[in-house]
Amino acid sequence: MRIETPQQLTRLRKDCLARFNRHPQKIHVCCGPGCLANGAQKVSDELKKVIKKKRLKGFSVDALKETGCHGFCEQGPLVVVEPAGTFYTRVKVKDVEEIIDKTIRRKEVLERLLFTDPQTGEKIENYRDIPFYARQQRIALRNIGQISQCDIDEYIAVDGYQALAKALKKMSPQDVIDEVTTSGLRGRGGAGFPAGRKWSTCARADDSPHYVICNGDEGDPGAFMDRAIMEGDPHSVIEGMIIAAYAVGAHEGYIYVREEYPLAVVNLQKAIEQAHEYGLLGDGILSSDFSFDVHVSRGGGAFVCGESSALMKSIAGEVGEPRAKYVRSVLKGLHDKPTVLNNVESYANVPVIIDKGGKWFSAIGTKKSTGAKAFSLVGKVRNTGLIEVPMGTTLREIIYDIGGGIQNDRPFKAVQTGGPSGGCLPESKLDLPVDFDTLTEAGSMMGSGGMIVLDDHTCVVDLAKYFLAFLVDESCGKCVPCREGLYQLYGLAVAISEGRGTEADLDKMEKLSDTIVISSLCGLGKSGPNPFLSTIRYFRDEYLAHIRDKKCPAGVCRELIRYEVDPQKCDGCMACITACAQNAITGKKKEVHTIDQDACDKCGACLAVCKRDAILVL
Amino acid sequence: MNHDLDKLPEIYERYPRTPQSLIAVLQDIQKEFHFLPTEALKRTAEELNVPLSKVFSVSTFYNAFSLHPRGEKIIRVCVGTTCHIRGAKQIQEQLENHLKIKAGETTEDKKFTLEVVACVGACAMAPVVAVDETYHGGVTVASCRKLVKKSKKGKKS
Repeated sequence: MRIETPQQLTRLRKDCLARFNRHPQKIHVCCGPGCLANGAQKVSDELKKVIKKKRLKGFSVDALKETGCHGFCEQGPLVVVEPAGTFYTRVKVKDVEEIIDKTIRRKEVLERLLFTDPQTGEKIENYRDIPFYARQQRIALRNIGQISQCDIDEYIAVDGYQALAKALKKMSPQDVIDEVTTSGLRGRGGAGFPAGRKWSTCARADDSPHYVICNGDEGDPGAFMDRAIMEGDPHSVIEGMIIAAYAVGAHEGYIYVREEYPLAVVNLQKAIEQAHEYGLLGDGILSSDFSFDVHVSRGGGAFVCGESSALMKSIAGEVGEPRAKYVRSVLKGLHDKPTVLNNVESYANVPVIIDKGGKWFSAIGTKKSTGAKAFSLVGKVRNTGLIEVPMGTTLREIIYDIGGGIQNDRPFKAVQTGGPSGGCLPESKLDLPVDFDTLTEAGSMMGSGGMIVLDDHTCVVDLAKYFLAFLVDESCGKCVPCREGLYQLYGLAVAISEGRGTEADLDKMEKLSDTIVISSLCGLGKSGPNPFLSTIRYFRDEYLAHIRDKKCPAGVCRELIRYEVDPQKCDGCMACITACAQNAITGKKKEVHTIDQDACDKCGACLAVCKRDAILVL
Repeated sequence: MNHDLDKLPEIYERYPRTPQSLIAVLQDIQKEFHFLPTEALKRTAEELNVPLSKVFSVSTFYNAFSLHPRGEKIIRVCVGTTCHIRGAKQIQEQLENHLKIKAGETTEDKKFTLEVVACVGACAMAPVVAVDETYHGGVTVASCRKLVKKSKKGKKS
């Protein structure tokens, strides 16, 4: 069925909404990556089975929705009964029958599956009342967890494609650009370039054709916001892209998705097909004379392809090597033609901006960083998951109020943002507002939105070494400063972590970093030394402990620590003996075990399996 | 080694025969054979009108491609930042011990390939191990043995 006019779209919306709400109760099963890893699919399949078996009045399998990431991954698998918002956590297959019998049939709440507030010890029924959710403002993530993963009718029911109709019928391309400029939307991929300015430059470029590209190559380890959007609400990205294409006069677009996200590819392709069927993609969209089509391009597993010029090379079927920045991709991008490239989250914001107006959007957040930003809040924080907060929210609010503080009540050490291009911020920076410019000033960066919380068991030297190893591996090798410079930095970081470093090495590393920052070809090389620079800026003492005292205060760097059994605590359970791959631990059942220091390779497996805290790190 | 290269024409049919299709075609070949056989690279160069040197360059640039046969099942240890700080290295070493291979290698019976991957995007469940496309979250040193055992029993996916 093709939708020809905005009126038809409005009628369809009414139908969809009626269908969407025809069951007085709905069950949402989160099928985001976190919940799936914990068995959500089994729970959902069981729910379908039980619903069919019970034949309840007014409740069919259609009332069950497999949604995208609901956000609170830590508590997964999540099952939400709407409209009450009853929020069941860590649901197992064996809970399913009771959910149907009690909550669906008798409207009773199953206390034991509710979330317990760790501060008050109280059970909270409605997820909207849980601090993790209550303090968020979801714009780009507005639909995720609320609608089925890949259903255009449900997207239309929640006002989907209304912004496209408004743009095509009531606005000129310039009006669209003006609205986006007014909104102050800055690129959510990390660099924070104003989207309106980018679009305006592309629209004015003489050369043709123009292209629109969506960067879904979320390569920063520790970030999964874009994945959640592409999988859970692919239509919002497609709608944003169509609007962008209309604004800049493009007729062809690409979504570049990273190799590791197969489900995102499947869902985007499904969504594109659905949009074609409804005539929202293809020739003469909504009976206008505007035509646009979009293709999914799968990445090949290269971090550097998140860089715009490398990404465009990759779409063209070539090796993803970046080129010098003075050639701007907005003028000479894909196939050397004018190209607008934004990331997934940026596009997902566009329909809301067109719908509610740029002014509405710019009123949220701070003056220079408007709107809200999605983060993946992970690491040693209690409530890990996917969140979206207004720009300007402080790190402390995010980590303590939403994130619930540090796991096992350990001390906070640092928060890492911006992936391998970003840095670590210490406790003294916790009250900084999160926006593009503040984070950059503090020596980190916003990045695409990975926010990794570290506790005192994380060694910053090890972390810097980790990021440098990652970058050495992923450097495309085209320019010398990045290829060779990062390799040398890595070698020096290894030496320090093994107790072979000197204070002169630190000076060398700082000088080398300056050179890499100044002379690398692309943004990834230029920002490559950041993980070292930010940790040396805030944690110099820890580097010095490795160099002068040959100690790793966090107990991580293997060459500087040893493991021993605490004879007071060891109950001789033999768990560590089984876990030790080096056969370095000996002892009999119910007798204190001992570690042979010569055989021990310090892998830490014994520490991980010991239930009595009897393994000491010295 | 014999590979059913008869499947190639069908793969070429899926895309326009232009150099732009190179990566997509190689991805499909990789999926079909679990690696890129030399013969297939030569045929692809001819079909898409791309120099063989360039096909080779693309095949070795991207992590998704392998020039050596891989196992029926791919076990990928996520070593993304979150998994790293939650002990991914230990998990990697445990799996290496249980499978008796190092990361990047394939078992002699060609059943398993062990790989490390920079991030699978399931950070909230760190540390994560993916067996083909099934994710296992919150993996511990102790649960690695079970994971390998289960994967050995499981059907070919």
